[in-house]
Amino acid sequence: MSSLREEPSTLEVSDLQISVADGLVAVQDVSFQIRRGESVGLVGESGSGKTLTCRAALGLLPAGGRVDAGRIVLGDGPEAVELTGARRSTWDGVRASRIGAVFQDPASYLNPSLTVGHQLAEQLRVKRGLRRREAHARTVELFAEVGLHDPAGVFHQYPHQLSGGMLQRVLIAIAISCEPELLIADEATTALDVVIQAEILALLRGLRATHGLSLLLVTHDLAVVAESCERILVMYGGQIVESGPTDQVLGDPQHPYTRALMGVATIGDWGRRRLDVIPGQPPAAGERLPGCRFAPRCGYAEAACLTGPVPVTDLGAGRTSRCVRTSASLAEAVPA
Amino acid sequence: MSTTHLRLPEQAEAVPTPAPLLRVRGLSVSYAPPRKGTHLGTGAALRDAELEVRPGEIVGIVGETGSGKTTLARATVGLVAPAAGTIEFAGDDIGRLRGRARRAFRRSGQVQLVFQDPLRSLDPDLTVAELVREPLDIAGLLSRSERQQRVAASLDLVGLDPEAVGHRRPRELSGGQRQRVSLARAIATRPRLLFCDEPVSALDVSNRNLVLNLLDRLRVELDLAVVIIAHDLSSLAGIADRVAVFYRGRIVEQGRIRAVLEEPAHPYTALLTASAPSVAQEDRLRPDQLRPAAGTPAWPADLGCVFAHRCPVAHDACAEQPAPAVVPQAPGRLVACHDAVDWRERLDHSHPQKESA
Repeated sequence: MSSLREEPSTLEVSDLQISVADGLVAVQDVSFQIRRGESVGLVGESGSGKTLTCRAALGLLPAGGRVDAGRIVLGDGPEAVELTGARRSTWDGVRASRIGAVFQDPASYLNPSLTVGHQLAEQLRVKRGLRRREAHARTVELFAEVGLHDPAGVFHQYPHQLSGGMLQRVLIAIAISCEPELLIADEATTALDVVIQAEILALLRGLRATHGLSLLLVTHDLAVVAESCERILVMYGGQIVESGPTDQVLGDPQHPYTRALMGVATIGDWGRRRLDVIPGQPPAAGERLPGCRFAPRCGYAEAACLTGPVPVTDLGAGRTSRCVRTSASLAEAVPA
Repeated sequence: MSTTHLRLPEQAEAVPTPAPLLRVRGLSVSYAPPRKGTHLGTGAALRDAELEVRPGEIVGIVGETGSGKTTLARATVGLVAPAAGTIEFAGDDIGRLRGRARRAFRRSGQVQLVFQDPLRSLDPDLTVAELVREPLDIAGLLSRSERQQRVAASLDLVGLDPEAVGHRRPRELSGGQRQRVSLARAIATRPRLLFCDEPVSALDVSNRNLVLNLLDRLRVELDLAVVIIAHDLSSLAGIADRVAVFYRGRIVEQGRIRAVLEEPAHPYTALLTASAPSVAQEDRLRPDQLRPAAGTPAWPADLGCVFAHRCPVAHDACAEQPAPAVVPQAPGRLVACHDAVDWRERLDHSHPQKESA
């Protein structure tokens, strides 16, 4: 991915810290960058802070949640906008126009009493200033682009008349309607069956190519990232524990948590096999751990892991790992 | 469509197998009253299902939403009456039970159903101990002190400490713990057959395998027959012995899980396995090779084979629904396809496609 180095930044997050209700710190010390046209997978279990991180970039933190520290910068050069602490008027120019988003449960993001075409056309009229007739024509074009059959017919249908996969396509059409630079897909395919999931992922890959979109794919499923993302960020307990090019991270994971995740993920061959289990539970939001947040569950933990914070190690070639060990010393060590 | 029973020759070389505990033959279920004679009407959720489950065996059921997976489970536990066919449990046709007899069978707790979302299926006002004891109270089994022991034993079996969690309520537990409480509740009556509806789809990877391993252990320790409904092939691949693939209310393919997933004999099964995301990106069919080519005339709705409208190799013969049959090319399997296995050859020549954008 060295050629991507030259591309301008689409989203740069640095030293982000987010607290939720009661001041519990749920995300800390998160830094990453997404460059133009790049697709990045953010992987973690529930409670790892992955959804909070992408919600912060959309200004949609839940009640009580707030960004304590760090910066989120959208765009590069003169176009750059600082999103932390942005005003309502700034967000109006960012959401939908520059960042599009799709979520897990498409039905709950649409108004059940308006036709889906009406809802997309409305956005085009408000955000892009199109006239009614133009907005209608563009809506039908967009519906066709996201692979809906009979787009002109779908325009007049209500959300309840469409299947989950079709609704997700409608949401994607809405998300890309204003030509955003960044599309955030938060567990967008989790609730769909595998056949539809594969179709939606193929659609997202295609849109990336045709629109030059950057993609942030948030998921708990390593296998989804493996097929759709160039780079991967692995989150655990509110921190990014490993990052790097997807094939390298999955081919030779450096952090014990990534290794453990690989052990429980779909490896691709079928038939009876061992089902690994990561012992213990992830830390709760705000739980104070002086050392590495994975140490209590880690088979390789040593004294140094428990006493002080573990810094991020730059491993070169765009890879980082938040672990005191390297893969060589992981290979030597016998897990406890 | 015949309702005669088709015997699978697959276990010929395997260990001597016990008689099936559950034997479903020609089962059809309809949620709307049938119109005009014997026609099932528009509400047909399941048609001509054939399935056998033996003690100590795990059978997986896969299929998309609305394909009849849950309907089969509901019919087997007696929550919905079949429109046609039989459901034999330990030799008795439980599909024909009515009124008091049906209630008595349900209360006996010999067949238990574990629902998908434990947070919504467990009464939030009851403690864990009460939740696990409730089925015993309903079945009227055991004395008071024996029930207490059974509750503790059931919680132990699923790896929960009765002392620590017994007095908690569902919302005070983690997702994985809640699912284990659901299991403890289901096994409290010592059922012989356990139906699990999407037992792990709401769980994270760490907890997912924990629950699957637990089911694997329970079937050995309690000699349970287990049916697991899932939409995630990878979680099934780990523990199931056999798998049945549902599509639009019909079982299109069934057989030993490894054979079915590695060499699918039905085009829909092939589409499923090709679509499943995987970390290892091996050489395999791509999903778009298994869809009708662009420009293919649309298959008439509701004509013939249930899969024809999405099948890349549908032809004239497919205007008639094929019956599940044993095919020589894929021994030990029942496949409902006129071109079982052979469709692969036609696929390669008919329309080579590139990954669509």
